[in-house]
Amino acid sequence: MTDVLLSGTDLRKSFGATPALDGASMTVRRGEIVAVMGPSGSGKSTLLHCLAGIVAPESGAVVFQGRELSAMSDRERSALRRGEFGFVFQFGQLVPELSLVENVALPLRLSGVRRKTAESTAREWMGRLEVDGIADKRPGEVSGGQGQRVAVARALVTGPKVIFADEPTGALDSLNGEQVMRLLVSTAKETGASIVLVTHEPRVAAYSDREVVVRDGKTRQVELVP
Amino acid sequence: MSIGHALLGLLETGPRHGYDLKRVYDEHFGHDRPLAYGQVYSTLSRLLRNGLVEESGVEPGGGPERKRYAITDAGVTDVTEWLVTPESPQIYLQSALYTKVVLALMSGRSAEDVLDAQRVAHLKAMRELTARKRDGDLADQLICDHALFHLEADLRWLELTTARLSDLGKQVAS
Repeated sequence: MTDVLLSGTDLRKSFGATPALDGASMTVRRGEIVAVMGPSGSGKSTLLHCLAGIVAPESGAVVFQGRELSAMSDRERSALRRGEFGFVFQFGQLVPELSLVENVALPLRLSGVRRKTAESTAREWMGRLEVDGIADKRPGEVSGGQGQRVAVARALVTGPKVIFADEPTGALDSLNGEQVMRLLVSTAKETGASIVLVTHEPRVAAYSDREVVVRDGKTRQVELVP
Repeated sequence: MSIGHALLGLLETGPRHGYDLKRVYDEHFGHDRPLAYGQVYSTLSRLLRNGLVEESGVEPGGGPERKRYAITDAGVTDVTEWLVTPESPQIYLQSALYTKVVLALMSGRSAEDVLDAQRVAHLKAMRELTARKRDGDLADQLICDHALFHLEADLRWLELTTARLSDLGKQVAS
């Protein structure tokens, strides 16, 4: 396959005696949105964590832009996660003590960008996600839908090549979920970022270009790449 | 979808001739299937015969297409009843698909493949509807939402059936 940005091959991972991944494989091309679907406990979140370098598989290889993650130092992997990857989770991703703009600016600040520049860039991204009007509020003062759009802005602020989204609309109602997905997908398409989208909701998966199904820790490629 | 009731509902806003009715219908409801002229006039003839509409003059130019139609009191009652009566919940494709799954299991074929092929077709349809929603107006969005929720229900059934294939296989074999 050409233009593969990220791949996981024959990944295996257990938690205690329970196998979470049992030979799972998938690839992500540049600019592609891939939905990872499957029943609860099937291993789809573990697959995302392995691909993102958050969890190390016991065997198998994760390769990003030609480099195997297991061959990198912890420091290199951290830098990769901070600079090349963006993350959107279902809950609890915003720091409650910080304002929303400070939350969005956080990945830039951690990478050494000066506060003023980081917050200026953060405000631009918040504008694109239609939450610039609440930039100075704190996470506890805004709705779930607004908070999730802020989280999307934070995931995009460093210009990542891959966004890992794990049930990004799981805590939202249909309308707010739709807004988050519409904005996440349109901004990712504009910037050329790929998305690995873990979801159990078919309506959310319908925003993807293709899907990979995980069952009992194994991936099933039910759709051929066009 | 009852075309007759939809036309009656549109006539409640005032008398219209057939062409005008078709235009307003298509504007509001004809996103997928615009009405054929023949269907408009055959429906109006039936409504006329049943006393639900009446002719209310002819516009200059003559010809049957220039006749204006108005809703009658009986028509208003009819459309009111239609509006307050819930539609029958319908079962969609499960019957055919269930048959395929059982036959696959009985013949030793992969029922999972059958379900996954359907899953691909469903998700493809959902992607098309999602794209149409993105580019469409509010009416498009509402129509697509309805179809999306139905397809999603089917997909959930496909997933649940996939999870139950092992039990179903044992039942079919016994």
